[in-house]
Amino acid sequence: MRVPLSWLHEYVKPDLDAAALAERLALTGTEVERVVHHGVLSVEGFVIGRVLSAERHPDADRLNVCRVDLGGAEPAQIVCGAPNVAAGQTVAVAQPGAVMPDGTRLRKAKLRGVESAGMILSEPELEIGVERAGIMVLGLDGGKPAPGTPLADVLPLATDVLELEVTPNRPDCLGVYGVAREAHAATGAPLAPAPWSEDVGTGGPVEGAAVAVETDRCKRFMARVFEGVTVGPSPPWLKARLMAAGMRPISNVVDVTNYAMLLTGQPLHAFDLDRVAGGRLVVRDGQAGDELETLDGERRRLDPEMVVICDADGPTSLAGVMGGARSEVHAGTTRVLLESAVWDGPNIQRTSTRLGLRSEASGRYEKGLAPEQAQDALALATRLLVELCGARVAPGTIDVDPPGGRDRTNRTIRLRDARVSGLLGAPVARERSAEILSALGFLVDQADDGLDVTVPAFRRNDVTREADLIEEVARIDGVDKLPATLPASGLAVGRLTPAQRLRRRAADTLAGAGLHEAIGWSWSAPELADRLRLAHDDPRRAAVVVENPMSADHAQMRTTLLGSLLDVARRNVTHGTGDVAIFEAGAVYRPVAGRELPDEPYTVGVLLTGAVRAPSWREPAPPAADFFAAKGVLAALLGALRVAWALEPAGEPFMHPGRAAAIVLGGADGERIGWIGELHPSVAAAWELSGAVAAFELDLDRAIEQVPGPVRYTDYTSFPEVRQDLAVVVPQAVAAAEVVAAVRAAGGPLLARVEVFDVYRGAQVGADEVSLALRLAFRSPERTLTDEEVAERRAAIEAALAEQVGGRIRA
Amino acid sequence: MIERIDALRGEGEAAIAAAATTDALEQARIHYLGRRAELPNLLRGVAQLPPEQRGAVGKAANVARKALEQLIEARGAELAGAELERQLAEDRIDVTLPGAPLPPAGGLHLLNATRREIEDVFVGLGYTVAEGPEVERVYYNFDALNHDPAHPARLRTDTFYVADDVVLRTHTSPMQVRAMEQHPPPIFLIVPGRVYRRDSDATHTPQFHQIEGLAVDEDITLSDLKGTLLAFARAIFGDERQVRLRPHFFPFTEPSVEVDVSCFNCKDGLTREGARCPLCKGTGWIEILGAGMVDPNVFGYVREHGYDPERIQGFAFGMGVERIAFLKHGVSDLRLFYDNDLRFLEQF
Ligand SMILES: [Zn+2]
Repeated sequence: MRVPLSWLHEYVKPDLDAAALAERLALTGTEVERVVHHGVLSVEGFVIGRVLSAERHPDADRLNVCRVDLGGAEPAQIVCGAPNVAAGQTVAVAQPGAVMPDGTRLRKAKLRGVESAGMILSEPELEIGVERAGIMVLGLDGGKPAPGTPLADVLPLATDVLELEVTPNRPDCLGVYGVAREAHAATGAPLAPAPWSEDVGTGGPVEGAAVAVETDRCKRFMARVFEGVTVGPSPPWLKARLMAAGMRPISNVVDVTNYAMLLTGQPLHAFDLDRVAGGRLVVRDGQAGDELETLDGERRRLDPEMVVICDADGPTSLAGVMGGARSEVHAGTTRVLLESAVWDGPNIQRTSTRLGLRSEASGRYEKGLAPEQAQDALALATRLLVELCGARVAPGTIDVDPPGGRDRTNRTIRLRDARVSGLLGAPVARERSAEILSALGFLVDQADDGLDVTVPAFRRNDVTREADLIEEVARIDGVDKLPATLPASGLAVGRLTPAQRLRRRAADTLAGAGLHEAIGWSWSAPELADRLRLAHDDPRRAAVVVENPMSADHAQMRTTLLGSLLDVARRNVTHGTGDVAIFEAGAVYRPVAGRELPDEPYTVGVLLTGAVRAPSWREPAPPAADFFAAKGVLAALLGALRVAWALEPAGEPFMHPGRAAAIVLGGADGERIGWIGELHPSVAAAWELSGAVAAFELDLDRAIEQVPGPVRYTDYTSFPEVRQDLAVVVPQAVAAAEVVAAVRAAGGPLLARVEVFDVYRGAQVGADEVSLALRLAFRSPERTLTDEEVAERRAAIEAALAEQVGGRIRA
Repeated sequence: MIERIDALRGEGEAAIAAAATTDALEQARIHYLGRRAELPNLLRGVAQLPPEQRGAVGKAANVARKALEQLIEARGAELAGAELERQLAEDRIDVTLPGAPLPPAGGLHLLNATRREIEDVFVGLGYTVAEGPEVERVYYNFDALNHDPAHPARLRTDTFYVADDVVLRTHTSPMQVRAMEQHPPPIFLIVPGRVYRRDSDATHTPQFHQIEGLAVDEDITLSDLKGTLLAFARAIFGDERQVRLRPHFFPFTEPSVEVDVSCFNCKDGLTREGARCPLCKGTGWIEILGAGMVDPNVFGYVREHGYDPERIQGFAFGMGVERIAFLKHGVSDLRLFYDNDLRFLEQF
């Protein structure tokens, strides 16, 4: 909403410059996006001139050399290119030194060898109209204005303009007078009477025109008939005001409707009454087959949810959005039917969205206007049509309510003093509340414990409860001056839950291990499942589908983090960062049969590719990330959470068949919570990744559920540990985990720890054998172990290795 | 005999003093004190001497041997020290070479680091943290938050739908109602999480992060909101910050405000160089979030859970994590947060 300050000042004139007024409005709830300047920057050098003579330029057919009286001793010589310049005209002149709206400073110049001391102006050059065909010829009334008169005395040359962002609850501020009321309340400056207070029209029946309303989507339909209309250009002041407010002048009749809309917030529409077939309008819902050519020349197909205004020949106007071409006011129009109607806001919004057609009118209607406003705008426009278009207003006013009747709610709400201070945390004097509410147009009566406040029609939808009144008082009195306090109860106890702390710990562990956290999109492409080669019945193919995605790549919710991790890896590799170590922690989305909302398990994914460390002079070629690099990260992650876990060889369709495993909780056969491995090279290639790509993904919430409570202290000082090493040769097919499991089972409770610390393949063992070096630690919490006890356990372990995994002890 | 002992001692002392290396010293030791050396042999032969000589000779030989042993030990320590120094001098390294690199630390994404920073501020103020579902029912996302049925945010041009009555939540506010359904007042809660809107340009990404706040009790006031957000703004942007409330409109709060923080990049809108501050556009204030007193209509949806609008009141606020991070770290384009370029991630 553009509000020219010069226009606003007709109704309220606070002693504040544009910036200060903007700030005051912003702090009372009317956001000012910016303050702009419209028109010339300075009125200096712009004067009235009279053309004394205009003669053809000796060397240029299109130029005239004019002698122009500017009120000085000698007329000025001005070269003018406009075809319509002629002796006797009163014109607007910019003298040398004047600064045009675009910032150029005018100088004396020679045009084809002839001196020119200024410029005779057209409307667009002053930003006060759009007539480009020639210079602006001003009317002359009894010798006035006299040559040399400052142009600013005659035309509105410059104004600051407030660009307001009006919140959807305040359609009353979509008119200049509504903004004036707001400025009046915000600054205390007096408010002039409403411009519609004086109505030159009359009530009662109208002859020669009729309206029927058949739908409740019309909230009120008012109209008047005007005869003897002369369509032509509007006077310069009106054009200038529309231009400053951001609308193009068209013709006096249309300009009057726009002017009244800009001032009152209520849109109007003028029909050429001679083009209303049958002289009768019917307002109804659209029907199948309804079509209409709107003013912009487009043919529109209507649907039953749209409201249309019809005459005897069918649809002639699209209610609340745009008039029809067939009944448009034109140069020869002499009889006008002026519509001032109110429509259902949401319906207008739907229609304008559906048709992709937004207008100044629809933008106002969709916020929901009060039926009472139709009367105000009609009164104002009546006066202007009579004054500016030579029209006579026919007796009577058409005023039709919808079949269900019109909203006449007249609400009175008690505003309790105690409630005001109780909600705000600071008192506001009752007199101050009354003053504020009166300034905003509310009626105020005293009550025992506060005020009885009656809501004006134009705030009917917005103010319905005591809290709404408190907001009105608070915003005008100034929320910025409230004290800053903290809640007093002291009942609040802040903490993170154990699960939240463990999620943080997991992320910190990964970051500490050198990984960077990425945040991918929650969406994925449906083709991702194919690129990951998921089987047709893989549960990860079942996704939550977005009905209106912004792109095909984001058409469904992700069921795995792998897609976004690969996207991030590709992006970095193609941008020259080949060594990537990243993780993401967040939701994946799994539809659940029979439930409205999906599961959103908190999942963590890790991806490594390229060198695991930066090269250095000690290690010029550090190893590339592989399965064991990822497993090391996994061990760090689950170790930090103190969760027991294991890997079981198991494939995933997107992984290297020999380097993949399932992550299980507890020991073997525990619950599967994820996968780990190197990606299948052909899957990695689909993301343009050529080296090994190691990754894992697991359901972190499931892991966190397994985190034991507080760890209990284990005595490590009273009885020493006995450490021994053991080397065992086993067939290559035997997994290290099987060897460890056999050792653990045979070692019994006295075996505190066992770990693999070396792996050897080569000349000293058979071709299909591998030697594992194990470190064993024996300990009893109750006594110091004897050599015999340890030897017995070791013998049992050696026997178990021989028996269960075909192991042979190496000397 | 005694003379011979004295002579051996004299020779030995000279040889020990002359030994220039630990090896030479060892040769000297073997020569004078070794198994086959003369002095020990003299000592061993004392028994064959006439008894009147035994005492004097034995004593003299012993004294001589002890003296030589002490000299060897002292000389040995001297030589070993010198040799160690020589050895260490040869072990000299080029101290100007780079150190062996530790595995470089990774890091949290700037958005999550910021989220944690904000969470910690509110945990300190007595709030708990809850997450809600991102795929949310229209009821919680719009209806129970007092959005009228025609509210434009409900349009498919603005909001992602997965079914007629299920959306990707457009804000973290749905958790207000869910939380009140689960806990009677008082409630002090923040809700961080992902939210979604159909918007994409330099200042909007279709997925972003919000942190919702909700404080409800019998006597929570708009002034308490101001004090709470002042504490927050100072914790995040510095102790000198002020906050300013501006009236605004949101469907689920009444009164509603937008909250500005005093600019930390300038003084009164001017940078140190005297130019108009680009961050606050010369106004001295930066909008950081929307807030307000919970609308009585919202309490109406949870009345039976202990939230009688006549008895209970409170405030709610919602901030964008991207916006806070973007302001605090000067990130030029919000889309950078989702590019996940390591050259970006490594900066924070
Ligand atoms: Zn600034």
